[in-house]
Amino acid sequence: MKGGERAIENAHRLLAEERRGDPAVPELALAQIDQQLGLAVDRVMIEGSLHDRELAALAIKQAQGDLIEAVFLLRAYRTTLPRLGVSLPLDTMRMTVGRRISATFKDLPGGQILGPTFDYTHRLLDFDLGDTAARPGDASEEATVVETPEPPATLDPLPRVVDLLDREGLIEPVAAPPDDEPVGDLTREPLQFPASRDVRLQNLARGDEGFVLALGYATQRGYGRNHPFAGEIRQGEVAVELVPEELGFAVEIATIAVTECQMVNQFRGSAVAPPQFTRGYGLVFGNAERKAMAMALVDRALRCRELGEAPGSPTQDEEFVLYHSDSVEASGFVQHLKLPHYVDFQSELVLVRDLRAAAGAVPKP
Amino acid sequence: MSAYNFAYLDEHTKRMIRRAILKAVAVPGYQVPFGSREMPLSYGWGTGGVQVTASVIGPGDVLKVIDQGADDTTNAVSIRKFFERTTGVPTTTRTDLATLIQSRHRIPETPLHAGQILVLQVPIPEPLRWLEPREAETRKMHALEEYGVMHVRLYEDITRHGRVAQTYEYPVLVNDRYLMRPSPIPKFDNPKLDMSPALLLFGAGREKRIYAVPPHTRVRSLDFEDHPFEVEHWDRPCALCGARGVFLDEIIVDDKGGRMFACSDTDYCARRQAEGAIGPNGA
Repeated sequence: MKGGERAIENAHRLLAEERRGDPAVPELALAQIDQQLGLAVDRVMIEGSLHDRELAALAIKQAQGDLIEAVFLLRAYRTTLPRLGVSLPLDTMRMTVGRRISATFKDLPGGQILGPTFDYTHRLLDFDLGDTAARPGDASEEATVVETPEPPATLDPLPRVVDLLDREGLIEPVAAPPDDEPVGDLTREPLQFPASRDVRLQNLARGDEGFVLALGYATQRGYGRNHPFAGEIRQGEVAVELVPEELGFAVEIATIAVTECQMVNQFRGSAVAPPQFTRGYGLVFGNAERKAMAMALVDRALRCRELGEAPGSPTQDEEFVLYHSDSVEASGFVQHLKLPHYVDFQSELVLVRDLRAAAGAVPKP
Repeated sequence: MSAYNFAYLDEHTKRMIRRAILKAVAVPGYQVPFGSREMPLSYGWGTGGVQVTASVIGPGDVLKVIDQGADDTTNAVSIRKFFERTTGVPTTTRTDLATLIQSRHRIPETPLHAGQILVLQVPIPEPLRWLEPREAETRKMHALEEYGVMHVRLYEDITRHGRVAQTYEYPVLVNDRYLMRPSPIPKFDNPKLDMSPALLLFGAGREKRIYAVPPHTRVRSLDFEDHPFEVEHWDRPCALCGARGVFLDEIIVDDKGGRMFACSDTDYCARRQAEGAIGPNGA
């Protein structure tokens, strides 16, 4: 293939044209993507490991809505950013919640807060939603704006369901790691095995939602089963605090939306430990409950060795899970098969022809 | 909703599902594969139960929908609304007045009577699934009535804990032939399966299986002579209606360890209270 340079230029021009589509249709603004495709923005921020709604919206626009490509774009930008400091651990007890549910208790302190959810919608296409965009500035669109109730935000610390169980000793205790223990970061240090839990969780949070979801589902169907209950899912805004060295005290630098899932899992006990519930944990940016839940299931499955369970499924195989969760790595390697492999393939051709001739199958050309 | 047929599904689909149900009734406890459809609610929310209900419901039915024993839980409300919208049949919270009851995780406390149909939503129909993840294997085990592994599994519990540590989806043998997972009802409800005068239908949408316990069929919870099957019991009555011998929910009332126990079956509890029964915390 000669003239590669011109071919690439042409391909880029065609791509730009495809991205824009019919120029008669108004171009998407980043604010529209942020506001009306907010869950796509959340997913790209989560898997892109970067909290910036505007850049994520830009990535989605540039990638023509291909979210894996958008994650790639955001990652490639993130990698150029300096890491200025490490925040204090997020205190999700002090979350301003928009949604908070527990599947293990009918009612609990702080209450069940349903919030915005697809859960109990009937998946019937709402034809009224169609085509409003074709009538920009239509008065009817404004007329349909209804007064939405103020989200039931609460500022008092909301007790966690797992802490209520902890008080009775029904769930494994978790000691907070010492303050001076560094937090793993697999974007700075290569993944090593056995991986620590913080690194595993980081990997799962960055991991492709489809992959993590499928593995979480597999644990439910018997491949590394861990008897899960959704102890609590909460979604809302939390403060990010940083202690600048020159100040010596915590300063709030941002408020971000997160979704947290605490799975309560059964543990049958061992020779040395009586039966107790165990934990699986998921935390992601924005509103992404499905991802947080799947993450918590896989987190628990990967804890099998720590809990003395015999690993027998891919979901419990840390190398299998952590090496294959990343969509940027996976997408790159799968698609690199499109690159020229003439030389290797030629060598194979020669060999296969020789072998077939030796076996008397066909004459050598 | 005129774009949709009565009870959402088209009549061909209903007929296919009714055939699966007939087969399930003819072979009690046997899991009949069926062409489960994608439904307008999410897998895991009761797509199997909804398809079974949609296939057997008629304009003369009175429908009750419960989840965790309660009529007012979000998913029960959602499914009830779905059928109100797509069929227009009357609904009720009264167990005794309903002709058709769709339930998730409970069998009502009020005894069912002949002519009623109880539809249970099932997430994982295969009782042997945690012992063998492969479907081809488990079907063979059912065909050969090879259920020893389940007895071993229960026996392991006894050696480890001194009792069977299975609290819900406790395995049962139906009509002395098929091992069946009674959906995840608490084992407390297992005795209600045995010789039930009502028809019990089990629908698993994602796993595409339907099975049934026809009226007056023997359903035995697996146990051992020296470790007979027993159900959970509470050492206190319902805080609201004072009922004993019913399944109680634990409700956390503060973050200092305070808790209350009340009937999981809201209809049963409300009707007892209406008749003047009162518990320790009752109004």
